[in-house]
Amino acid sequence: MSADNITHYLCIGCPLGCRLEVEDNGAGDVVEVRGWGCKTGKAYGRQEHTDPRRVVATSVRIRGGRWARVPVKTSGAVPKALVCEVARAVRGVEVEAPIAIGTVVLANVLDTGVDIVTTRDMERA
Amino acid sequence: MITPELRHLAPRYDVVISGGGPAGMAAAIGAREHGAEKILMIDREREAGGILWQCIHHGFGLHHFGEELTGPEYAQRYLQQVLADDIDVLTDTYVYDISPDRQLKLMSGSHGIRTIEAGAVVLAMGARERTRGAIRIPGERPSGVLTAGLAQKFVNMMGVLPGRRVVILGSGDIGLIMARRLTLEGVEVLGVHEIMPHANGLNRNIVQCLHDFDIPLTLSSTIVDIRGRERVTGVTVAPVDEHLRPDLSRARDIDCDTVLLSIGLIPENELSRRIDLRLDPVTSGPVVNSTMETSANGVFACGNVVHVHDLVDFVSQEALLAGRSAGDYVTGHRPPADNIRLVPGDNVAYCVPHTLSTDREHVVYMRVRKPMEKCTIRFGDVLSSKVKYVFPAEMVNITVKPKFLENFHDDTLRVDVVQR
Repeated sequence: MSADNITHYLCIGCPLGCRLEVEDNGAGDVVEVRGWGCKTGKAYGRQEHTDPRRVVATSVRIRGGRWARVPVKTSGAVPKALVCEVARAVRGVEVEAPIAIGTVVLANVLDTGVDIVTTRDMERA
Repeated sequence: MITPELRHLAPRYDVVISGGGPAGMAAAIGAREHGAEKILMIDREREAGGILWQCIHHGFGLHHFGEELTGPEYAQRYLQQVLADDIDVLTDTYVYDISPDRQLKLMSGSHGIRTIEAGAVVLAMGARERTRGAIRIPGERPSGVLTAGLAQKFVNMMGVLPGRRVVILGSGDIGLIMARRLTLEGVEVLGVHEIMPHANGLNRNIVQCLHDFDIPLTLSSTIVDIRGRERVTGVTVAPVDEHLRPDLSRARDIDCDTVLLSIGLIPENELSRRIDLRLDPVTSGPVVNSTMETSANGVFACGNVVHVHDLVDFVSQEALLAGRSAGDYVTGHRPPADNIRLVPGDNVAYCVPHTLSTDREHVVYMRVRKPMEKCTIRFGDVLSSKVKYVFPAEMVNITVKPKFLENFHDDTLRVDVVQR
């Protein structure tokens, strides 16, 4: 086992922030994940090493609402490399109040299979 | 989620909660669970829910709901419960005075100036951000210097960007979250400067808010000058020595139009001072017993008004206890008085609650003064718990079961965090 095959990650699965060690066979396949404190961490180490993903939260324009923006998020995690592009794609979206929590405001963003959904109700002002 | 307007404000309530954020909402639910009948929750904003509405990122609720929610989702779930519990919610209203016999003076947008009586009071006013004045940054006084939380409200709720090129001072969680948030909105975040040799925010936020976007974090560094007449045009940063004194010979200029401050929170205790509550000089919040009761009879406190938390889940947990205790107080079910005082020892900044009772299980929240690896948290010689590491930025909580205390007969218990 050479040190070249070990990558360190800090788990973002919860606020504990476990320090993970992921061992790789050199061809990108995970041999073992160490240092995790729970199942989430073990899965995160594997996922982060092979296909890192993030949930993106942002906000979109809303007409006639109590506030000028309503918060939204991706309904699932998207590839980390696409995070900024997803945020850019969402910037053009505008919705109308009232709106309910969980409403899809942009379906299948950038063909990721993930929707952009509201994260609160907002009544008309 | 529509918070209905409260048409009839009664002259007397069993439990009145000042503050409708995460602490206030959980306290209201707790008071209902423990038998209080007429409950009023008051908030100064137009809607209850508090700061959670602007915390649109996810990561809330892992402990409490077992899933990762965004701030608004967390707020909405709680507010739904509050309304389902038939709790009166009065928004757009300030509690501006309180007396030891629990008369509260209110200033309300819809009801004017009113005085109401409360069987028990729960203080849940939260905390406010420290501003530039708190740390006396030298330089000009241009616009463009604001707290990270205010910038968060601008961007996430009002749809206004605070600037185009931003330097962040302080590595508190809100600052880290805003570094990412502004980057996603196309704003250039030039870096985060932290005067301490360690980061102040959660490690996960360093990773997902800074590392993910290649935003540099400079430790042991601070802003020594802000320039600009009308608007910020730049700052000067300099490294600091171990006594936090800046080394001006190594200062450098950065061109920017905005400075965000994430330099800590101060519990909002103006009301607590009106009735001379005993305050803890370390937390700046009230001293509380194991039922979250303050030094005034029937006045309880919870959440960031007591001590600044890093996770909302623990605010909810602590506030539920405060609300239940307020319910017990008005229904005449008070538990026996506490008989053990906790004394913060080695590497312990503070413990909340400040006292314990031997007859019940308690959760003790504490914060360390400095980072430590492979250490043991010791409660005298009755309880010791091994932990991998501790950071000042991460609150530690320890459950103390009655069995640990049954043979303990002293009246003070020292708490230490020591190296193994």
